[in-house]
Amino acid sequence: MDVDLIFKIAGLGILISILNKVLIQSGREEQAQMITLVGVVIVLLVVIQLIGKLFDSVKTMFNFY
Amino acid sequence: MEILNIVGIGVVAAILVVILKEERPEIAVQVSIIVGIMIFIIMINKILSVISILESLSRRANIDLVYFSTILRIIGIAYITEFGAQICHDSGSESIASKIEFAGKIVIMVLSIPIIIALLEMILKIVP
Repeated sequence: MDVDLIFKIAGLGILISILNKVLIQSGREEQAQMITLVGVVIVLLVVIQLIGKLFDSVKTMFNFY
Repeated sequence: MEILNIVGIGVVAAILVVILKEERPEIAVQVSIIVGIMIFIIMINKILSVISILESLSRRANIDLVYFSTILRIIGIAYITEFGAQICHDSGSESIASKIEFAGKIVIMVLSIPIIIALLEMILKIVP
């Protein structure tokens, strides 16, 4: 578990916003929308894995079974 | 000194969230979720040692282990509920946050019913 993940996600966010602006400037609003959606989904995949890990560790730590 | 790590991670992540919030608010929320989970994972070892010390103390005091595990479970539910409610609160949906807190309160109430019953029976035994 390291800090890299935070930087990765934040960098992804900045990259997506830049791509979004470029695509909107060149007049492709639909593709900008798709880029936004894909970014959210990619980040969500990472975040959901982490949330699952958190729930597992809380479950074992606090005797949820 | 884990506290320095945690404060560093928190400050850096807060700055990143401020940067991301104007353009991509959804990714800002996810960054804050990741930071919360990371801080919890850093603290896991300490929490485990505290829990084992409390468990040995309760064993030495001859307290029934059911009560101890119930209390632990309540602490865990409170933590998870607070975590989810704070995330919803941060991302602006206050009503979902208050509903998560409501559900957590109900679950804690259900878990603590056996302890309340035991307490009431003890009182009934003492008072004839």
